[in-house]
Amino acid sequence: MLTRRLIACFDIVNGMVTKAVRFQDNINVAPAGEMAGAMYDAQIDELIFYDITASAEKRPIDIETVKEVARRVFIPFTVGGGIKSLEDMYEALKAGAEKISVDSMAVRNPQIVSDGAKAFGSQCVVLSAQVKHTGLTPSGYEVYIDGARLATGMDAVEWLRRGQELGAGEICVNSIDRDGTLSGYDLELMRLAQDAVSVPLIASGGAGNPGHLKDLFAGTGVQAAIISSMLYSPRMERNYAVAELKEYLLRNGIAARPSRISGEARHEDQ
Amino acid sequence: MIKIIDYKAGNAPSVMHAVTRLGYGAGFAREPDSLAGATHIILPGVGSAGATMESLRGTGMAGALEDAVLRKKIPFLGICIGMQILFEHSEEGDEDCLGWLKGRVVRFDGKAVRVPQMGWNNVRLAESPVNAALEDHFYFVNSYYALPEDKSDVWGTADYNGPFTAAVHRDNIYATQFHTEKSGEAGLALLNGFLGLKKGAGLC
Repeated sequence: MLTRRLIACFDIVNGMVTKAVRFQDNINVAPAGEMAGAMYDAQIDELIFYDITASAEKRPIDIETVKEVARRVFIPFTVGGGIKSLEDMYEALKAGAEKISVDSMAVRNPQIVSDGAKAFGSQCVVLSAQVKHTGLTPSGYEVYIDGARLATGMDAVEWLRRGQELGAGEICVNSIDRDGTLSGYDLELMRLAQDAVSVPLIASGGAGNPGHLKDLFAGTGVQAAIISSMLYSPRMERNYAVAELKEYLLRNGIAARPSRISGEARHEDQ
Repeated sequence: MIKIIDYKAGNAPSVMHAVTRLGYGAGFAREPDSLAGATHIILPGVGSAGATMESLRGTGMAGALEDAVLRKKIPFLGICIGMQILFEHSEEGDEDCLGWLKGRVVRFDGKAVRVPQMGWNNVRLAESPVNAALEDHFYFVNSYYALPEDKSDVWGTADYNGPFTAAVHRDNIYATQFHTEKSGEAGLALLNGFLGLKKGAGLC
């Protein structure tokens, strides 16, 4: 049975993992390679790494950090930020990334999605959409770009559908309203997304406790959840171990890849 | 030497990282001649069956692989598209493939399940010289899957809209639909088992 995925997401600035609230006030947490290695050892299902200042600084993605992460982890690994061309995509894939995430650039130049899908296969291209409830579009949700700073006037649901048509093999829906709030995923938004597209969906924004993951997976068809604060934010009273989250999901009837670290899980089965 | 076939659409670097992690040295093979002296051959793959076949035929690699794998019986591991193209035909682009194994490759029903299948699926593996575990989770990204004609070729099975063939094994040929190199410790264990294989005694 295909399991639901937990994805650790890192915002990277100068090779350091940082944590923000509503896309602002970043604080440093740890070097990217170190954090990726620790998450791999903890048996996270997947990693996403955003070079969040690449676009604003008009430079390509930090390839050295991509390479370092790739040497340490043997699970799927997506990178985004500063991807403007097929060459940028190829460099990131060659450095060891499995998938490329496009966000603001896809809004400005949708052809990058179709070109990327044609050149490397749809499975390599993740469309990431920053979405905010504004009530100004048909679905009520609007697409933002440039670190959630700039409204586009585009309807979010329409954009996700278009992204799939262009060839995105996976779509990540980021709720700007929930980002860093620890108040749970925007389930209404995720249900709209799930009905709009047939490719796998990743939910992002709002996870603060294990119950939020259960609500997402039990309440929607979304296949993957981004968690970051819960895992490593120094602003939280407590962080959660991956194994703990997996055991919680399994106990609640959600298909998850069991953690193989502890003998205790096996002990429970006996 | 371990040879990893590298063509531009493939994910050869990820496979190289995994092989290196296991403590082996390996080289990329980009032309047919570079397969000379190979002890193990890995054919990674992402992208489409058509693009992969075009690349293998265009570079002459298809013929060199047949010589190395079918005649010289060098242990071979195909990954993802590298498994699909071993069959006679793929529905993806209506492409004739290598035909080392009898059967064809078809698409998942997009009305019943999300396509591509993306994520960790539980695989049941038959006993083989490569795997110690008979069940584990491996990472898949695929829209198509193989329908082997000869059931004895089936090595692993998983469920996505019903059971499908997740891995095949025949003689010195091993192939996985899942990404061995991206399947964490379970994948590394399988890869390690493959790299520990010796060329079949008395063949060649």
